[in-house]
Amino acid sequence: MKIKVTDREGNKHELEGDTNSTLMEILRDANLDIEAACGGCCACATCHVYIKGEWLDKINAKDDDEESMLDQAFDVKHTSRLSCQISLSDDLDGIELELAPE
Amino acid sequence: MIEKTDVIVIGAGPVGLFAIFELGLLNISCHVIDNLDKPGGQCAELYPEKPIYDIPSRVKITGQQLTDDLLAQAKPFKPVYHLSQQVEKIDKIAENEWLVETSQNKQLQAKCIVVAAGAGSFVPRKLPIENLDNLESKNILYAVRNKSLLANKKILIVGGGDSALDWTNELSKTADVTLMHRRKEFRAAPDSVSKMLELENEKKINFLLGQIDNIEESKNDKIKVIVKNNDEKIDFEVDYLLPFFGLKMELGPIANWGLNLNENLIKVDTEKFETSVSSIFAIGDINTYPGKLKLILSGFHEAALMAQQCFKYCYPDKKNVFRYTTSSKDLHKKLNS
Repeated sequence: MKIKVTDREGNKHELEGDTNSTLMEILRDANLDIEAACGGCCACATCHVYIKGEWLDKINAKDDDEESMLDQAFDVKHTSRLSCQISLSDDLDGIELELAPE
Repeated sequence: MIEKTDVIVIGAGPVGLFAIFELGLLNISCHVIDNLDKPGGQCAELYPEKPIYDIPSRVKITGQQLTDDLLAQAKPFKPVYHLSQQVEKIDKIAENEWLVETSQNKQLQAKCIVVAAGAGSFVPRKLPIENLDNLESKNILYAVRNKSLLANKKILIVGGGDSALDWTNELSKTADVTLMHRRKEFRAAPDSVSKMLELENEKKINFLLGQIDNIEESKNDKIKVIVKNNDEKIDFEVDYLLPFFGLKMELGPIANWGLNLNENLIKVDTEKFETSVSSIFAIGDINTYPGKLKLILSGFHEAALMAQQCFKYCYPDKKNVFRYTTSSKDLHKKLNS
């Protein structure tokens, strides 16, 4: 499956995803500039991304924990998600997203 | 006054705390320095309530429980903790004699230094807006050190956690406070939230829904915060802006200690976990070597081997007799005292 990422400088990257990983793990292992300080347990807000509109409904919904952690992120939009909380699935093949400011 | 000890441990996370125990078994005493106001490092700060499943023999344990147990395990060795301060400077004063200075001007002297600093110190997260340096030293405060500076001023506090709410409630007594958050829900302690809502009802503070879009310098030493809420933008002029977006980890002064680094990690050998500088060690997430795994259990192993080498520096004329805690009467006495 493909993941299309726009980094903070506006460069586009196409990454290979797999359904055993979270979105954060794919971004981190591709050496994109994402801190993911807590390692993926929804305890910080350093893997903040913006998901492109049409994909939002296809992703597992945000829970209260994630909504509350997003309080520590900057410039939160309705498309904001913490990428460690997004499990990849085949429906998400081609998903487009942008790294949020840090 | 210079306080003397055998070993200075930098970082009171799980690996730093276990180092106290391993060193203690070898009769080596420690002082421990950490920038947080409590021991536990990431375990206590980031995920106190989250379960950890890969600590040997602990099927499931929270970050806080692990911290509490490690503190109890280290206690017989009477470690001295210096919290809420960062190591600023390390000076070599003789062969295997180090002088360490903290941000609270404490001076500690020891034969060895153990860097167990994880991903660095926790510091407030700064706003990701360019060219703020000038204002950050004047109008933008990430921590309140001197309350009186803020008396009778117009202040904008941003955030929805404990720091934001506590300071809103506290400063409402002496200043003109507006609290801004992106939603009208708060993750702070329920007591502080109800206190804040009460103050808002009584018009002792203002609440503003929105986020920071930009910040500009303004006249009379004030700043203009451009606030956005969905597509709407307004200008908000204040004396001080206090953004509370949690903490992040930063390597900080460690980079200036002359140790060999590899991408912000300290290179060590895998026999003694010593750095490129003799009698300075690095254990836990801060170090790197071929095959390194950033696991708490790896840090525990590293602490045990580091302690063996520290013994040689602390007691150059003594032979270290290897003993098990199960069988050594001497160790029983120490551990049960």
